Amino acid sequence: MRLSGSGVSCVRGGREVFSGLDFAVSAGEALAVTGRNGSGKTSLLRLIAGLLMPQGGSIGLEGGTGELTLPEQAHFLGHRDALKPALSVTENLAFWREFLGGEAFDLAECLAAVGLDHAAPLPAAFLSAGQRRRLSIARLLAARRPIWLLDEPTNALDTSGQAMFAALMDDHLARGGLIVAATHAPLGIAARELRIGGAA
Amino acid sequence: MTALAALIRRDIKIALRVGGGALIGVLFFLTVVVLMPFALGPDLALLTRLGPAILWLGALLASLLTLDRLFMADHEDGSLDLIVMSRTPLELTCAAKALAHWLAAGVPLILATPVLGLLLNLDATATAAVALTLLAGTPALTFTGMIGAALAVTLHRGGLLLAVLVLPLSIPVLIFGVAASQAAITGPLAFGTPFSILCALSLVSLVIGPFAAAASLRHGLD
Repeated sequence: MRLSGSGVSCVRGGREVFSGLDFAVSAGEALAVTGRNGSGKTSLLRLIAGLLMPQGGSIGLEGGTGELTLPEQAHFLGHRDALKPALSVTENLAFWREFLGGEAFDLAECLAAVGLDHAAPLPAAFLSAGQRRRLSIARLLAARRPIWLLDEPTNALDTSGQAMFAALMDDHLARGGLIVAATHAPLGIAARELRIGGAA
Repeated sequence: MTALAALIRRDIKIALRVGGGALIGVLFFLTVVVLMPFALGPDLALLTRLGPAILWLGALLASLLTLDRLFMADHEDGSLDLIVMSRTPLELTCAAKALAHWLAAGVPLILATPVLGLLLNLDATATAAVALTLLAGTPALTFTGMIGAALAVTLHRGGLLLAVLVLPLSIPVLIFGVAASQAAITGPLAFGTPFSILCALSLVSLVIGPFAAAASLRHGLD
């Protein structure tokens, strides 16, 4: 499986964010997208996720699962956590597992993997920022998708959380997944760097 | 199908919990209708004549009240991004969300109608007629309202725009809903004619609503 883009350009609100961007990631590889604030890291992830349309160039996936489109094989972990405060931790995760479909993984195991097993019956409204992030990460485990698009994934995570997530990413890569992550901080895994715009 | 069922279950669960919209809508409906006799005075004949129209207006405004959260809540917390990316066609997802909204916010209005009918001096037949027209007509309000909710999703204070967009679209539903109820109470028109048109309006919006909402969501995301 290989995710690649050639000559990708992005225009937001009439302003060109970036243009002529080339990248390629193969199965088992991670790509760290870096650049200063406003350079278009998030925009690139949203372009790959199909949430924005590229102004020019193309993004394609080779060797994915037959009939599914690129966004349908990808997980998107954005700034916003996609959690409902009124639902409990388990209910939030159970919903995304059922809605995203695919092979069903045990919720308790997913929560244990991100260190939230003790908070399972708690409404999501009571979670801290770091815990919310951990629950979002549990979503990546509850429904398996080969492509992970991560936007500042380690934000709000404590040191042990970052180590936990690095191990999960390594696992994912070892299973033949691929990762594109926009980040300022080191991811804690071996990753090629794609720099957008000039030096930071 | 499990994805859609999960979505409907989740939306209903959220609507029924603290801070959800289901009870707010019914309370608002109750308040509007209870205020009417005070405004119009204790003229029982007048209340009976205006009763169906008051109930319909109350239901229309109450359904509008919670409609702006239909996509806005999912947009604000990022769920909408994942919903758009998912393997379920967006049209079906929109239809499921509207169905969940109708079940959580529309059905309670219909269930409250018999109680409110008493306040407006409506007899059993009249109340049943209004409840039946609401049952047939409120899906049209939800499914056309969904188009407005999808258009207003990325705007702050989109709720006001939603009202301006949706209320003109709901005029036909209002006309035939009230006409059918009046026909059942006073005649001379047959109940069946306006009621069939009301059902037709609901069916049309059931088909058009999800496609229009999905299209505007796809364009609106940025």
